[in-house]
Amino acid sequence: MHATVRPAVSVNIPPIATGAASREAAAALSMRMSLSKVNFFYGAKQTLFDVSLGIATNKVTSLIGPSGCGKSTLLRTLNRMHETVRGARLEGEILLDGQNILAQDVTAHRRRVGMVFQRPNPFPKSIFDNVAYGLRINGSKTPIAEAVEKSLHHAALWDEVKDHLHKSAYELSGGQQQRLCIARALAVEPEVLLLDEPCSALDPISTAKIEELLVQLKDLCTIAIVTHNMQQAARVSDFTAFLLIGQLIEFSPTPQLFTTPGDPRTEAYITGRFG
Amino acid sequence: MSPRLRWRKFVSGFMLTMTGVCALVAVSVLFLILGYLVVHGGASINWNFFTKLPVPVGETGGGMANAILGSAKVLLVASLLGVPIGFFGAIYLAEFSGGVIAFVVRYAADLLNGVPSIVIGIFAFALVVHPFKHFSTLAGGFALGLMMIPITLRSTEEFLRSVPNALREAAMALGASKWKTVATVIVPAAYRGILTAILLAFARVAGETAPLLFTALGNQFWSPGWTQPTASLPVMIYTYALAPYDDWHRQAWAAGLVLLGLILIINIVARAILSRGIAVPRS
Repeated sequence: MHATVRPAVSVNIPPIATGAASREAAAALSMRMSLSKVNFFYGAKQTLFDVSLGIATNKVTSLIGPSGCGKSTLLRTLNRMHETVRGARLEGEILLDGQNILAQDVTAHRRRVGMVFQRPNPFPKSIFDNVAYGLRINGSKTPIAEAVEKSLHHAALWDEVKDHLHKSAYELSGGQQQRLCIARALAVEPEVLLLDEPCSALDPISTAKIEELLVQLKDLCTIAIVTHNMQQAARVSDFTAFLLIGQLIEFSPTPQLFTTPGDPRTEAYITGRFG
Repeated sequence: MSPRLRWRKFVSGFMLTMTGVCALVAVSVLFLILGYLVVHGGASINWNFFTKLPVPVGETGGGMANAILGSAKVLLVASLLGVPIGFFGAIYLAEFSGGVIAFVVRYAADLLNGVPSIVIGIFAFALVVHPFKHFSTLAGGFALGLMMIPITLRSTEEFLRSVPNALREAAMALGASKWKTVATVIVPAAYRGILTAILLAFARVAGETAPLLFTALGNQFWSPGWTQPTASLPVMIYTYALAPYDDWHRQAWAAGLVLLGLILIINIVARAILSRGIAVPRS
């Protein structure tokens, strides 16, 4: 459905490197987060199997795969949101800047790794208070009004809302609400921003705006995005991970994964034979 | 028209009429009561009713100032006991607990809600009045407070649960602890419902008579402080209505009108609160 609109996104990815050259390029990247041998269980049901991958600093990494493949679960482990679900259990190691995230204080960790959800979920507060929320609960020293304006600029929403910052967030359109949620997440200056199918509830034009935004935002923070939409992954991301029933099938630079997939299952998925 | 079709039309028309009549009866009960109270008690409501003490039989005039103040004091004590316990208990139930504990608490609250008010009165008598050898405002408030707990608890819990989970996730993903999430997002999102729940619990116990008979007892005079027997509107209605004097009957009707007026006002205020502020849209 998104394919009908061509967003004004220019994804500048160097020519495809394969083999040893690409491995070298990957080694040169610094990894903001890395997962090794992550296994995940909901009660007795295992939903992730030995997943290991790195989230490159100031790049966009996308997670794709058919419904139920575990991509959202994987994303939620990165800021430990999985812990809000009863009976969820994680094995393995996840590092943020070389430190085990499971050993950190969970609230402190979530301040460093922000999240935007599938459906826009602004608080029943004003636009201003939504963005200020993270700063206020964290007792931030920075002047709140400035930080709110800055975040709204980053989320490309400032011009649309600057004259009614004290109106209810629910008066915004769905796309604006989602950008408000991005601004809210950015306000606490996270190192990593996670997006869980951020456009699945939005129309194509709003989707294009958010995609454009993501490409700009990677200068600000590291981004990981789950998407159902392969074109979207191709447009916005530098690296793509393909998951299938809880297993990481392939993880490569995006152009490579979409043009010369290394695994027949990846090829079958991206050419639309299943999923 | 075939007989079959005619029969169906008849059934449809009959059912429509019947449901309509039932709905009409349901609303007219309120207006009948209100009308009755106004007719019988309206004339006795004057300034004296709100400012004077009751007078002995035979004298005219006098009012129920002591009962109005007594009711207010008893309800204040009841709210101080019932609202915090119900409110925080509901937060625990809706946000922190799960499984067996939640089930037990919820079930116990429902049972407590179903305990006849006279039994609550006896319980309060045994627990507060008997040991202190004194009927008192505090004892009356204690009894009514007990009744407020389950009403406040269960409806507050419902309103908390109706806050979408997406808001909890949003707050937690920003680094809010569980308690911060509850205090800064969930309760504010549900506050109008919670306030309504509290007001309705208040209105519900404001008219209770039985628990007060054994606890606050009644008093023809002012009841200074908190440890003396006190008059209250419901008990006053009870005593005055049973007495063989026409003048007292009129006073009882007037007291009923005041009580009902108070409860109606609380209801209207609750509804006004519900329609203000930023509501979470239903999805």
